[in-house]
Amino acid sequence: MSAATESTYTPATATGRITNFVDQRVGGSGILREFGRKVFPDHWSFMFGEVALYTFVILLLSGTFLTFFFDPSMAESTYNGSYVPLKGVDMSVAMNSTLNISFDVRGGLFMRQVHHWSALLFTASIAVHMLRVFFTGAFRKPRELNWVVGGVLLILSLADGFTGYSLPDDLLSGNGLRIIQGVISSIPVIGTYISFFLFGGEFPGTAIIGRLYVLHILLVPAMILLMIAIHLFMVVVHKHTQYPGPGRNDRNVVGYPLGPVYAAKAGGFFFIIFGVIALMAAFFTINPIWNYGPYDPSPISAGTQPDWYIGWVDGALRLMPGWLLGIPLEWNIPLPWGVNTLSLNVLLPALVPAGIVFTVLFAYPWIERWVTKDDREHHVLDRPRNAPTRTAIGMAGFTFYCVLWAAASSDLIATHFHVSLNDVIYWLRALFFIGPIIAFTVTKRIALALQRKDREIALHGRETGRIVRLPHGEYQEVHAQLDDYKRYKLVGYESPEPSDGVPNGNGVVTKQERRRAMISRLFFEDRVAPATPAELEAAHAHAPVHEQIEEPERLKEVSH
Amino acid sequence: MGDHSDGIPAGSDAVAKAGLHDVEKFQDPGLPPHRLRLADTDPWAAKRAERQVAILFGISVVGTLLFFFGYFFIRLDDTIGTLRIQNMLLGLGTAFAMLGIGTGIVHWARALMPDHEVSEERHELRSEADRVAAEKIVGDIIEETGIKRRPLIRNTLLGAVALAPFPAIVMFRDLGPLPADALRHTMWDKGTRLVRDPTGTPIRASDVTLGSAFHVIPDGLNNLHEGKLEEKAKAVVLLMRLDPSLLNPSKGREDWSYNGIVAYSKICTHVGCPVALYEQQTHHLLCPCHQSTFDLTQECKVIFGPAKRPLPQLPIAVDSEGYLVAQSDFHEPVGPSFWERG
Repeated sequence: MSAATESTYTPATATGRITNFVDQRVGGSGILREFGRKVFPDHWSFMFGEVALYTFVILLLSGTFLTFFFDPSMAESTYNGSYVPLKGVDMSVAMNSTLNISFDVRGGLFMRQVHHWSALLFTASIAVHMLRVFFTGAFRKPRELNWVVGGVLLILSLADGFTGYSLPDDLLSGNGLRIIQGVISSIPVIGTYISFFLFGGEFPGTAIIGRLYVLHILLVPAMILLMIAIHLFMVVVHKHTQYPGPGRNDRNVVGYPLGPVYAAKAGGFFFIIFGVIALMAAFFTINPIWNYGPYDPSPISAGTQPDWYIGWVDGALRLMPGWLLGIPLEWNIPLPWGVNTLSLNVLLPALVPAGIVFTVLFAYPWIERWVTKDDREHHVLDRPRNAPTRTAIGMAGFTFYCVLWAAASSDLIATHFHVSLNDVIYWLRALFFIGPIIAFTVTKRIALALQRKDREIALHGRETGRIVRLPHGEYQEVHAQLDDYKRYKLVGYESPEPSDGVPNGNGVVTKQERRRAMISRLFFEDRVAPATPAELEAAHAHAPVHEQIEEPERLKEVSH
Repeated sequence: MGDHSDGIPAGSDAVAKAGLHDVEKFQDPGLPPHRLRLADTDPWAAKRAERQVAILFGISVVGTLLFFFGYFFIRLDDTIGTLRIQNMLLGLGTAFAMLGIGTGIVHWARALMPDHEVSEERHELRSEADRVAAEKIVGDIIEETGIKRRPLIRNTLLGAVALAPFPAIVMFRDLGPLPADALRHTMWDKGTRLVRDPTGTPIRASDVTLGSAFHVIPDGLNNLHEGKLEEKAKAVVLLMRLDPSLLNPSKGREDWSYNGIVAYSKICTHVGCPVALYEQQTHHLLCPCHQSTFDLTQECKVIFGPAKRPLPQLPIAVDSEGYLVAQSDFHEPVGPSFWERG
């Protein structure tokens, strides 16, 4: 054993001496050897996850700065800072210190705006990243669990966003808390108790800001950090996915080595994100609490909007009617111990849409696996058009979300476009149900049409815009044949066929299996098969004239 | 597509039904040949890229200096103008400092670092042998504990573990008091004067002209030392005067108004926002949060939106000095519904 620790290697450079020192104590060289040249595929759509990671780092940096000055107390105080219009106004210490950060700490306003913009970008980039992962099928085996971790990260980012939004204790965030309190109150049996425990008594009380603060700066960020660690660890284990193309398959990974190109690009990208957020903070005011004033249960401004990521839940609250065709959606239920109230007009919109979205989101990898019976590992992504039904399902969900989000701005839509507020709500209520169906149908058709276009180009080449006149007088447009690499990109995909119900051990096709076969038909009945070499051959054979014209063009392609 | 007199029209048959097509596939041609960049072949282009990167890093230095200028040389006075300028300079400085570094590095990587795409084999995520071994180890461990053979130990352990977390939940009990009947009462009482929000000045019935509206709080609210916001969150009231012939009071509420002056809770029965918008012409009250609309001429019945219950009415009268006073507290809980409301 002692012989093994005797080092015979003498490093030649300073870098070598440092790595040698570290390696003999913690053994870091193995890590460097493993990761220093690890290959990462490159594509612009892979940046959204990076944006999320970097905005989180910026959130930690700017947030830490803000904690040094922010005081989460709800004790009463009188504002006496630099902002003249609010001088002498009673407000909580939390609001007071937020105003001080904005007006009396140099760079404080800048940091507040950096923090708020980063938070908006953080949730947005997670959402877009998840859309990318969904539409390209990156959630398939072996990455289902990482998809779930990503979903948890999305929920945590919403939680951290909302708790942070409430901290300044201004009029807008106070009304947001009031809405939350109203929703909590509608929970049967325990709602009132949860509300009293959360707020430390009646709304608004003097406890909630301090409690949200601890969640916002300690518990939720710690959970986010943990989830990010798990997320990235799994990325390393699985290696990154790659888009389909020549030379790329499920057994390899094609891209740039981590050092230096990929690391430089990714590292540089962090600074670019930071720079863009700094620009936004410099020029676009966000959450000007001095305009809103301190929280007071009586005043409110019209046209108030929640931060974008909470909007869809607020939109659901707006769409749900209190009375439906003369039938109330809140009931007093006589029970042996007294009369209890069930407000479905609040409970349903608060729970059901979000419940549906997140249930489908978490379960989707397993749903698709069940339908396709596909147990293979997938490292090559699908182009969205090549999985028409999945893309259609994704767009249906996205439309569902967008309808709810639009509903949160129903009043602004009405005032900006001079239409009746009631009509806006009626239309959105209808779209809530038919919007996703329209989106599904339209998307699926568009995806199939794009596949047909791909097939067309693969078989006949692209239009060059060059018209030639043949000896017998006919005019034709010259088509340039694709080279093998470009063609492979258009034809190198799988187009599964619907699978019929498979009998089980007893030779019986179970009811569940029949259902699966039915959904499989829905998924794959309409399909565009990738073009085959035989078809390409036939396409050329059928058109000797055409072929002649194309020939020189193709030669040109190859020779250049 | 009409111009393809030659090939197979990409019409209906392109949507293939299962099994119609031969599954002959194109072969993967492998990675496309590497293309050299200008900077790879032309030393002058490489030199130019190098200078561009250096200039970008230089811009970053200028940005940092701009930040210091904004921080130290802009004096904040009590106007929002200087704050805005400082914020802009700090932001611009940071933006240049960061974008300079970022774009510089990315440009460096794209133009000068080797851009050969390399292919790496993926390793098997797991091996069958490992899994078999792991399964056996777990099996052995469970076997050695004897948990399967000793159900008494297993069951008592399960019971203990199931019960143990409950103290952690119970401990949250002291986060707040029990609701009791707090939600059923407000500050309003017989004879409490209606005063203006937020000044606290009382309101004479004669001040309330036809078509006017007042934001009202109970007299004494402003003098509370504790629980002011909690009381206010329940007690705020909207006071309006309509033509008495427009009011259609139901049985028992005929004397709750005075000369067409009515008072309703301002807290929405949906989720508790202040119902602050009064449409004088239509006599509608509108909640700006979720657009519940209440009709004053029908005792604030919900005519649109997500609320179900009408706004509670505060019975009012006039005292001997001509000021508006409450006849009593609200006759029902104000604000959003809750389970125990009944």
